[in-house]
Amino acid sequence: MHLWLIPAFPLAGFLLNGIFGRRASKTFVNAVAVGAVLASFLWTLKTLGALWPLEALHLERYFTWIQAGDVRIGFDLAMDRLSAVMLLVITGVGLLIHIYSIGYMAHEGGYYRFFAYLNLFMFFMITLVLAANFLLLFVGWEGVGLCSYLLIGFWFLRSSATNAANKAFIVNRVGDFGFSIGIYLIYLHFGSLDFPEVFQAASRQPVEAGLGPLTLIGLLLAVGATGKSAQIPLYVWLPDAMEGPTPVSALIHAATMVTAGVYMVARCSAIYTHAPLAMEAVALIGLATAFLAATIGLTQFDIKKVFAYSTISQLGYMFLGAGVGAFGASIYHLWTHAFFKALLFLGAGSLIHALGEQDLRKMGGLRAKTPITFWTLLAAAVSISGVPFTAGFFSKDEILLAAYHHAPWMYWMGTLTAALTAFYVFRAIFLAFFGEPRGWSHAHESPPVMTVPLALLAVLSLIGGFAPVSRWLAPSFPAAQGHHETVLVAISVGAGLAGIALAWWFYVARPGLAERVAARLGAFYRLVYNKYFVDEIYRAALVQPVITSSQQMLWRKVDVGWIDGAVNGLAARACAAGDLLRRLQSGNLRSYAAWVLLGALGLLLTIGVAGGAR
Amino acid sequence: MDALLFLIFASIAAVCGLNVVIQRQPIASALSLIGVMGSLAVLYLLLGAQFIAAAQVIVYAGAVMVLFVMVIMLLNAGAERPTGASLVASTLGVPLLAGLFAALAYVIFAGFPEPELVRFGQFRQGGAAELGYALFTRYLLVFELTSVLVLIAIAGAVVLAWREVKR
Amino acid sequence: MSAAGVPLSWYLVLAALLFTLGAAGFIFRRNIITMFMCIELMLNAVNLTFVALAYHLRQVDGLVLAFFVMVVAAAEAAVGLAIILTVFRNRASVQIDEVQALKD
Repeated sequence: MHLWLIPAFPLAGFLLNGIFGRRASKTFVNAVAVGAVLASFLWTLKTLGALWPLEALHLERYFTWIQAGDVRIGFDLAMDRLSAVMLLVITGVGLLIHIYSIGYMAHEGGYYRFFAYLNLFMFFMITLVLAANFLLLFVGWEGVGLCSYLLIGFWFLRSSATNAANKAFIVNRVGDFGFSIGIYLIYLHFGSLDFPEVFQAASRQPVEAGLGPLTLIGLLLAVGATGKSAQIPLYVWLPDAMEGPTPVSALIHAATMVTAGVYMVARCSAIYTHAPLAMEAVALIGLATAFLAATIGLTQFDIKKVFAYSTISQLGYMFLGAGVGAFGASIYHLWTHAFFKALLFLGAGSLIHALGEQDLRKMGGLRAKTPITFWTLLAAAVSISGVPFTAGFFSKDEILLAAYHHAPWMYWMGTLTAALTAFYVFRAIFLAFFGEPRGWSHAHESPPVMTVPLALLAVLSLIGGFAPVSRWLAPSFPAAQGHHETVLVAISVGAGLAGIALAWWFYVARPGLAERVAARLGAFYRLVYNKYFVDEIYRAALVQPVITSSQQMLWRKVDVGWIDGAVNGLAARACAAGDLLRRLQSGNLRSYAAWVLLGALGLLLTIGVAGGAR
Repeated sequence: MDALLFLIFASIAAVCGLNVVIQRQPIASALSLIGVMGSLAVLYLLLGAQFIAAAQVIVYAGAVMVLFVMVIMLLNAGAERPTGASLVASTLGVPLLAGLFAALAYVIFAGFPEPELVRFGQFRQGGAAELGYALFTRYLLVFELTSVLVLIAIAGAVVLAWREVKR
Repeated sequence: MSAAGVPLSWYLVLAALLFTLGAAGFIFRRNIITMFMCIELMLNAVNLTFVALAYHLRQVDGLVLAFFVMVVAAAEAAVGLAIILTVFRNRASVQIDEVQALKD
């Protein structure tokens, strides 16, 4: 089936644009970048059509990548229903975002570099979801991290951008540390890294009651997932990652890369279902992240930051779904989230493009100036709020129902979060599009190359939920319990609608009420507004001690004292020895010959005495 | 007969070799060296290496030594003047050389304890045909590389000498 | 008459003797040309060893090696003598003790 072609197209696009893009015209760069992703998308469709209905794993082995002793790691790609869903999201949404970027990045320097990085990202992301063993998945995992770093720091002349890029990279290292140890443990425990073997072996093992090897593996993999998918405690990099261009935020930091952690947990469902403790941890992390990030989202004024915290919160939902055993619902939510969150970011990008401003307090009344952006953003907003029969409604309710079946309090927390979500999203919409214009003069609607992808994504946000993703995936996962309960659905829908209504009340009906409430709440508001001071706590508790101890201990004592001392001491000894040996270098050829002779004699004696002449 | 020939030419070689070292005039050393090479050619023949014996006479005694004599003549090199001796060479020289010879002799006698007698005609693969066959089959690559080396040596010699001529 | 052969080790000892003589000349002589001739003497001693061992093993490979030694010696003689010529042109001397530029 030539699965390898799917990642090969973007790789070729990256190489072409990376090598020749600097001198090529924009048309060439566009054609290569968009064409590569389009080819990848079409090939995905063709492969999917050929393999339909894709009931079993389709594995393709290409070559042995690493062979050392008993360890054999192949370059193997595999496609099953899970990776098919991921591929459709990645290449489909990726394609729309590539097209959108043509308009968004039109006036930016480093045009070819941007598209080369985007294609490279597509390559690594596709490798990640197609990989048939943990090590190849790890390659994709690290590769998308690299591209994320490169694209966050795309405007590398801004120090805030480079700092954000460094932060994303370093925080992800913490997660990857756990992930790589998890991979070691998997090899230690199962003797293989190939997915089919590992998961078959895992499903034969008994369910662990306490802390066993499977639980340990599950927890370590979850550490990796919290890094990549921005969950507590490693979520801090994602809000800062908004320093990158908005299409990057949409593609990497909303639709695809950050969902890699969810994909990985779903992929390892065979391990997690046998490690209930690890699953519980995943669910708790997801729920806590969903709630806390939603509260922070309530108070932010930077439109991209609002959506960034929204992304964290929605990823928390997906982890909650995976943690309560509804892996299918989790991937379903990933699918719908890719549409409406990409749309939210692209719409925000369209506003930023129109105004050159991303502070909500300086927008307002943009409804008439940018109608397409308004209507498409509205579609995304109703979808994320879970208004019935939009995409978000189906997937969110499936997760909430599974959560109710697992533990009712999780359902109530999730429903509360849903209300908060609806509130902050519509708060952003109302602040931006309603009320009086605040501080902008020349707004204009974006060109069609940007609005057409917006419109397509809006359609998908509204009807994308009718794709029966979770039923299609059901055979891949252990059956999730939780049948449809109309009351619960009604409650969560009601919560969403209440959030929307409250936002209307606060920001349209009674402007100024929000400030008064914020002032009334005082200290609590400031706590949330400052994101619970998590960055400051990390700085004081982790970063500053490292810096201080590096300066005082490692630099002044270890480096200057021991390492430099040892190096300088060695150099001084070498000088002294050289000074001694210099006398040999007399320039007298005959004395050299005598030394050679002495050496030859020594060699002969060694052979004769020690080795024996025969 | 074999023994007689060996003794005669071995002593010629040894005496001429000694002469190479002790003569003060380079030209005398060169002539003695030709003696060594000629007698070695006979010894090669005794060992059955006909082609090497011929090449020894033609290449060594002929070409290389003529080159030496030419250079001696060109430089008009006279007897050498005694100058300051090297400390290492003069103090360590004689014992070192004696030690080297003793060690070599020890290795030889330890390696060949049973006396194998060399008889003329017992080794018949030393002719041009056999050597040529080996050179152009198993040693073809080495042979070709050697021709490159010789070419480089010619070019080097020309470059070294030519620069002086121009000045 | 041919029964009265010579032990192979005699050939090897002769080679060792010639080699030692060459080494002695290289160490004690001061004339560059003579030193160079001593090198040739040592090469010849090695060649004698090769030929004698080829006889011992009844194989042609030793002779091939001797042949290559000859070729390389010829090439070396050409270059070496050209160098001696250059040294003489530059310093008007062929005394080894006056050529100590390697020290610097």
